[in-house]
Amino acid sequence: MSAFLELDGVTASYGTVQALFGVSLRLDEGRVLALMGRNGMGKTTTIRCISRLLPHKGGTIRFRSSNLAGLNAPRVARLGIGLVPEGRRCFAPLTVAENLTVAARPGPWDIPRVVRLFPRLGERMGQVSRTLSGGEQQMLAIGRALMTNPKLLVLDEATEGLAPVVRQEIWEGVRRLKAEGLSILVVDKSLKELASVADSAVVLERGQTVWTGGLEDLTPEMADRWLGV
Amino acid sequence: MNRDLIVNLVIFALLVAVALGAHVAGQGFTVTLATKAAILGLAGVGLNLALGYGGLVSFGHAAFFGIGGYVTGIFASHAANGDPILTLPFTLMGSNEMLGIWPMAMLAAALAALLIGALSLRTSGVYFIMVTLAFAQMIYYFAISWPRYGGEDGLSFYVRNSFPGLNTFDPIQYFAICAGLLALALLFTAVVTQSRFGLALQATRQNEQRSTAVGIRATPVRLTAFVLSAMITALAGALYADLNRFVSPSMFSWHMSGEIMVFVILGGVGRLCGPVAGAAVFILLEHLLGPVSDHWQALLGLMLLAIVLFAPGGLIGLTLKALRRTEHG
Repeated sequence: MSAFLELDGVTASYGTVQALFGVSLRLDEGRVLALMGRNGMGKTTTIRCISRLLPHKGGTIRFRSSNLAGLNAPRVARLGIGLVPEGRRCFAPLTVAENLTVAARPGPWDIPRVVRLFPRLGERMGQVSRTLSGGEQQMLAIGRALMTNPKLLVLDEATEGLAPVVRQEIWEGVRRLKAEGLSILVVDKSLKELASVADSAVVLERGQTVWTGGLEDLTPEMADRWLGV
Repeated sequence: MNRDLIVNLVIFALLVAVALGAHVAGQGFTVTLATKAAILGLAGVGLNLALGYGGLVSFGHAAFFGIGGYVTGIFASHAANGDPILTLPFTLMGSNEMLGIWPMAMLAAALAALLIGALSLRTSGVYFIMVTLAFAQMIYYFAISWPRYGGEDGLSFYVRNSFPGLNTFDPIQYFAICAGLLALALLFTAVVTQSRFGLALQATRQNEQRSTAVGIRATPVRLTAFVLSAMITALAGALYADLNRFVSPSMFSWHMSGEIMVFVILGGVGRLCGPVAGAAVFILLEHLLGPVSDHWQALLGLMLLAIVLFAPGGLIGLTLKALRRTEHG
């Protein structure tokens, strides 16, 4: 069976500086894959390649058996890759409802369903998104990605810098999305919380895949070496 | 009703009140000033769609203003002479019906904007500003060197074009036409900016990369906005031509582009009625200070500087802030 999302030996550079030296990973439909590694190891760069915000140099990226090389970012978004970028980047001057509307594509996800997932957004519909709390902005960023009716949700550091209570709310949302059968690629630093949702993990070091397996197989020594925990 | 809507309605009502008051007092000249404010405000409403909502700093909107004006002038002068504008590939006769001229003016500007936009939108920032300026200057020099329609001297037509059921020579009736179109353009802008297309446009202004990640193709969205923006500004140019019954290459000049931009910035970038307030204040200053000193624009410059430095929301932003302050004690 061919994989839902498959990266094979992907390399990428920012100008003359090479950032990825061979990233490989595989995500099957309906599963959750954690992408891990210390800061600067290439997690966000990998995600930028998948969502075509950065063209990769070598290797292949396949999504639902189509090769993503040569496609642009809007095209990939329409193919069904919903990106939740690092740093909860909402459209600041737009309201919550407008942020959601602007991303909407036909499918099962609409505003009421997003509100059922994150009820807090329902109370904030008319509010300009720059005035939301960090956690609410993150929920909005996830909701906005869901409004594109993605087949794959890509979460980049979704809970970074948020209060523990809010983090739990967001992880609960992610678990519900998984239970509904959505395929998810998640970047995060918190092993404990990843363990509650991810089926498998990929560890990057210096722009390369150095380990792939189930999270339960990651020994404390490995975690210490690659993740610094 | 929210505060924005109230401020917008008040600005529009003030403009109408000034014109009506002047009409009742028998001051035709003041009615014409209000008409000029409505027309220049309309030109600004057009630019605001691209600049305010789309973040496209076009320094070449005089091109569309002038195209609107020249289409009007050319149709009117041919109607007066009775000779066709074109014989090939089809016969196009002149006209002195505003309802026939306006669509032509807007169509001509739309075609020009499609071409200029398709090329200039490949660039951004300072380069976009320069490319739009360059196109407008090209058209400016073309108009100067085109003797068929007056060249540098411009083109006069002695009879204002007509509108069914109205006497367009009566200042207050011509004001009604201009204010009516301004109201339509404002309504159109309000609807468009709240539509999914308008939200996408604002999203691309805020962050292009972020918007591509949710599937928005920035260039077609921007090009559409640029064309719509040009069409509104061209309509203003057509009205301006009829107001003066005269068009000249100065309508294409970069001073004109700058003035339209000043209306938008003075009134409030991305505020619905901002350009109307900006144009009205501009006309008011020109009228009050113009006779005192030829250098009245120096004061305008200082005002603009103060707005940019201390009140980026323009006059409308300042008003809204003041209202909020009084409401919260």
